Amino acid sequence: MVNSKAQQVQAEIISNKRIGAYNHMTFAVNELAADCKPGNFVAIAVGGEYSSMVLRRAFAICRATVRPDGIGLLELVVAPHGSGSRWLTAQQSGTKVDLIAPLGTSFGIPTEPVNTILVGGGYGSAPLFALAAVLKERGCRVDMILGASSAGKIYAPLEGKRSVNSLTITTDDGSAGITGRVSDVLPDLISMRETDIVYSCGPMAMLEAITHITQEAGIVHQCSVEESMACGIGVCMTCVLPVTGRDGVTRMTRSCIDGPVMDGNQVMWTRSREVPEGVWGR
Amino acid sequence: MSFSYSTTISKVEFPNPIFTASGCAGSGKELSHFFPLRDLGAIVTKSVMIKPRSGRATPRMAETPSGMLNSIGLQGPGIDLFLENDVPWLREQGARIIVSIAGETVEDYAVLGRKLRSVSGLSAIEVNISCPNVENRGQVFACNPDTAREAIAAVRTNIGGELPIIAKLSPDVTDIAHIATSVVEAGADGVALINTLLGMVIDTNTMAPKLSQRTGGLSGPAIRPIAVRAIYQVRAALPHTPIVGMGGVVNGRDAFELVLAGANAVSVGTATFGNPMAAISIRNELEELCISRGFTSFGDAVGYAHKG
Repeated sequence: MVNSKAQQVQAEIISNKRIGAYNHMTFAVNELAADCKPGNFVAIAVGGEYSSMVLRRAFAICRATVRPDGIGLLELVVAPHGSGSRWLTAQQSGTKVDLIAPLGTSFGIPTEPVNTILVGGGYGSAPLFALAAVLKERGCRVDMILGASSAGKIYAPLEGKRSVNSLTITTDDGSAGITGRVSDVLPDLISMRETDIVYSCGPMAMLEAITHITQEAGIVHQCSVEESMACGIGVCMTCVLPVTGRDGVTRMTRSCIDGPVMDGNQVMWTRSREVPEGVWGR
Repeated sequence: MSFSYSTTISKVEFPNPIFTASGCAGSGKELSHFFPLRDLGAIVTKSVMIKPRSGRATPRMAETPSGMLNSIGLQGPGIDLFLENDVPWLREQGARIIVSIAGETVEDYAVLGRKLRSVSGLSAIEVNISCPNVENRGQVFACNPDTAREAIAAVRTNIGGELPIIAKLSPDVTDIAHIATSVVEAGADGVALINTLLGMVIDTNTMAPKLSQRTGGLSGPAIRPIAVRAIYQVRAALPHTPIVGMGGVVNGRDAFELVLAGANAVSVGTATFGNPMAAISIRNELEELCISRGFTSFGDAVGYAHKG
């Protein structure tokens, strides 16, 4: 079902700053900000009243806070890749947008203090800093690995960096940190820190690579998947991927309702343009 | 003066003429988070087939100018689980239910008709004979008057009783009024116009078709003039046949256009993806428009563009 706390509101943009390859945007909303958990996302209508863009855009919530005066703030990191995100990042403070939040599942938080690694690809790091803060409150060790193609595509705000026990950066071109991919450094860090849980957010190929590593290590992998969505509220059936349920049956599962945070070890990762064998109803 | 907003489709009365469009509202559960389902004229459920269907691989969707392509592939639980879970839940919501069914063979439609025969609490059946997403392009029943007739006749003879059946037609035909006439002769009580049009998008970065199935159904405001035309033509050919109109309606003005062309009810599809409250807004705006144009009854506005 739709996140039970989801509300549709007119949200005012109160700041919009370019950071590297991305825009950090803050939206004023109502008390719904208190209901947003790390991993939840928002769906925003783009293009204004006469828009030819008929579909909402989904963005992971970077941080949600409630000011003392009761105004809720939602922070998003938007990569201006397509027509919708370019429109959004071109909007000035004061513009109001139609926003639905919180949507989707959130990262599962352990009840015991455990050792965690948070892995972000590109702007996929956005929801991980708020997650790190929650995990630290629970007494968890939090090591972070961020990767991207180049330095400008690493999103790592200063206060975020301070909230983790260690930060490793990888870039494909070596322009920052270690030359290579997050999956090159993850296995050693898992064994060094005796990691219990890996949390991840980023491109599907990265999530798949991490799943192979966590399965090998026999540890939990909570990942936030990125499938393109048309509605964000579970009706369009476009954002599906094959996921094995508790009953052992693999179904085409909506990432907007049963995700975006999923058990990576239960996802049947595939890059083929066919539904894998064994999926229910294939 | 009071305004009568109800509409009638083959003796079944609906309190207002705004429905969901099949495939754009699931079985209503998700939208019920945003509004009570009984506030709409009817919930038209996602077309269900005999067996569970995984649907297609992703990418299943591509946004297009004022529209979108989809190739979901009729993902669904199959008729048995649907009747066990979704229909009782919808009944509990007090929603008026129009069940949409789809088949791959004439026998499929016959079986689905039999399965629905004794189900209580349904307002009508939509027979989707025009989904362009099924594997074999040659098997789109709605593109040929004979196969369209066979599919509808299979449902009509097996469903029995008084349950109205509405044939959902494809606009990808030369003469939609001819197809509409065929299905009405075969026992359809009404027609639903229009399903998506077959389209294609090629990604100029990968230089390959964007959808995994290459083609998909085009919906959204881009197709609205085609819907208006199709409804107008069918209304002219069949003055007394109930028409459920759909195609790119995003506001009350759009719905009014379809009504003036001849629609007795209007389904809201793609607009719901952009705004979960779209159907409710459209319901309110259409009522205000009808009143502001001086109509005292919704029925008087139906097909008004044909007058004079």
